[in-house]
Amino acid sequence: MPGYATPGFDTLALHAGAAPDPATGARAVPIHLTTSFVFDSSEHAASLFNMERSGHVYSRISNPTNAVLEERVAALEGGTGAIATASGQAALHLAIATIAGAGSHIVASSALYGGSHNLLHYTLSRFGIATTFVAPGDVDAWRAAIRPETKLLFGETLGNPGLDVLDIPTIAALAHDHQLPLLVDSTFTTPWLMRPFEHGADLLYHSATKFLSGHGTVIGGVLVDSGRFDWDRATAATGRFTELTRAYEGFHGMVFSEESTVGAFLLRARREGLRDFGASMSPHTAWLILQGIETLPLRMARHVENTRKVVAFLAGHERVERVGYPELESHPDHALARRLLPRGCGSVFSFDLRGSREEGRVFIEALQLFSHLANVGDCRSLVIHPASTTHFRMDDAALVRAGIGPGTIRLSIGLEDADDLIDDLKRALKAASKASGGSKQP
Amino acid sequence: MKCDVAMPAGARVAYAYTGGKTFDPAQPCIVFLHGALNDHSVWTLPARWFAHHGHSVLAPDLPGHSRSLGPPLASVEALADWLIALLDAAHVARAALVGHSMGSLIALEAAARAPDRVAQLVMVGTAYPMKVSAALLDAARVDPLAAIDSVNAFSHATMAAKPAYPGPGTWLHGADRALMRRVQAASSDVNLFLNDFEVCDRYAGGLDAAARVMCPATLVLGSSDQMTLPKQAGAIGAALNARTVVLEAGHALMGEAPDELLAALRGALAAIHA
Repeated sequence: MPGYATPGFDTLALHAGAAPDPATGARAVPIHLTTSFVFDSSEHAASLFNMERSGHVYSRISNPTNAVLEERVAALEGGTGAIATASGQAALHLAIATIAGAGSHIVASSALYGGSHNLLHYTLSRFGIATTFVAPGDVDAWRAAIRPETKLLFGETLGNPGLDVLDIPTIAALAHDHQLPLLVDSTFTTPWLMRPFEHGADLLYHSATKFLSGHGTVIGGVLVDSGRFDWDRATAATGRFTELTRAYEGFHGMVFSEESTVGAFLLRARREGLRDFGASMSPHTAWLILQGIETLPLRMARHVENTRKVVAFLAGHERVERVGYPELESHPDHALARRLLPRGCGSVFSFDLRGSREEGRVFIEALQLFSHLANVGDCRSLVIHPASTTHFRMDDAALVRAGIGPGTIRLSIGLEDADDLIDDLKRALKAASKASGGSKQP
Repeated sequence: MKCDVAMPAGARVAYAYTGGKTFDPAQPCIVFLHGALNDHSVWTLPARWFAHHGHSVLAPDLPGHSRSLGPPLASVEALADWLIALLDAAHVARAALVGHSMGSLIALEAAARAPDRVAQLVMVGTAYPMKVSAALLDAARVDPLAAIDSVNAFSHATMAAKPAYPGPGTWLHGADRALMRRVQAASSDVNLFLNDFEVCDRYAGGLDAAARVMCPATLVLGSSDQMTLPKQAGAIGAALNARTVVLEAGHALMGEAPDELLAALRGALAAIHA
């Protein structure tokens, strides 16, 4: 399809990376459930292993179905390519492990998904990779935390669960001033709400389990490279990124930045990270996520529409102390959200119930349409109490830094009729009110 | 590898990718020349293949592009002289020249200027004359990043190039756009987009050069190429008495049809030892 302009978002969501199967004519993307791929000859095999040709060898490294997903997400993000991983956590680990090792340091936002905080604070420190956490909006703290051994700045486009909006242009400029890349977790926003590369981020990843999949069926992640960060220049200036700019004996003595000017990061991530850590995605999972992505533009618009209605309801309810949604003027990042997220701030947000933990428990248990579970970004509406679940490892001080209180409830608004969601919330708020002996609510 | 290339204004450091092997001038040599706002990395797969199959390979970054020092040169003729000087610097007596787009014009002109040093000529994604629309040149002057997006859209014929270049999971449109933006950004003193497209647009010596070429020539064209339409290569192909191979691809042939291009190159370069 020769074109006169870059295809639009909705077109890419359906077509990027895929065409009718040349062998069978299948219009939908086939699921290539195979471990390995037959070589035409010994010479063909050797040339694939030595990267003289492109192609698939073994599904831990690459797979045709996964490749469609990778190309599609890269296309939607405006990236150069992507790697599908077993989970969002695997994508974060792959991003870090590709350029960092023992002795490396990361500067990260303190407003992170609890699992990411665990990985950085507890697990990677055991392998010699240290992390300094800073408040996402404190630019001076980001700057002060950078050390000679820092390899990466990292934050979430919308911090979990307080929805701190990461000032990507500012943090990216700071990173680049120090010859460092900025990695962002773009799970909550998806490329439909924000394309972080357009604001200066260099690398991003998704927990594709969430909105990209959209149906709460599979676990997966996708790591995407903008191709913009100049690893050679950064190495020349700081000596930091020799993983990509010096010969790697673990793969034919390849100098990845020489092999691909804009694809060095993903080359090493695939040729080392997927090969050795092995956190690859099942092709069946890739296919299910592709089904989700095909309707991503439609779903995200509905997610945002429903969320605005629910937020408006909760913000006007007397049993609700605070609603943390950046489209509200009361949110500290409201102005930033208007600038970076004009299409909306997603469908995951938190609010604080008036009262004690007990009222929070009664509220959650009274909900009928909302499902109480540990996930977000499903087409069904979800609810959770972060202090006792996703962030339970944090002490009170860390919880406060992450914007979480004992009565904080996190909602993930789905695609049901908004009126039905509001009725469900009304019922649960009434139950919570009764539990506290409080006033009646309509 | 890097080497000093003698130029009238003094030696300049030039970078050439050697296919993942140490360069050996005693092996039959193939030189891969990239097009406008590109660099050596558009050639890495075939360069690696030939380097590991009995050839020596040079895939240089043209002056002012990526790893080779600038300033960029302003004409096909000057770039052809630079190429011959590169062969001198690398101690290559005779080589096959493979060029894409602007690189194909450089290869053509070099084959005419030093016919005893060129064993084969392969012009990939080519046309002659390689005229550039006034609108695109104007866009290049005013808003080169927008012009890059336009060229990038015109250069691709598919949203699903398989196998992806240089490997699975690459979104070719995005990778090619990022490369052009990187090459443009690195040339801070010169609008490289404008320079390269004016180099193509101004070149008027193609048919004269073709008459002086002594070696076999092959054209490898993309059936859906919107930048250099296959029909616009007819005259230069006839002047060179060239064999023509048409692949199902757009202008970005190396990325959109890597296996088919390799097969075409193997066919064209089979006689390099002769």
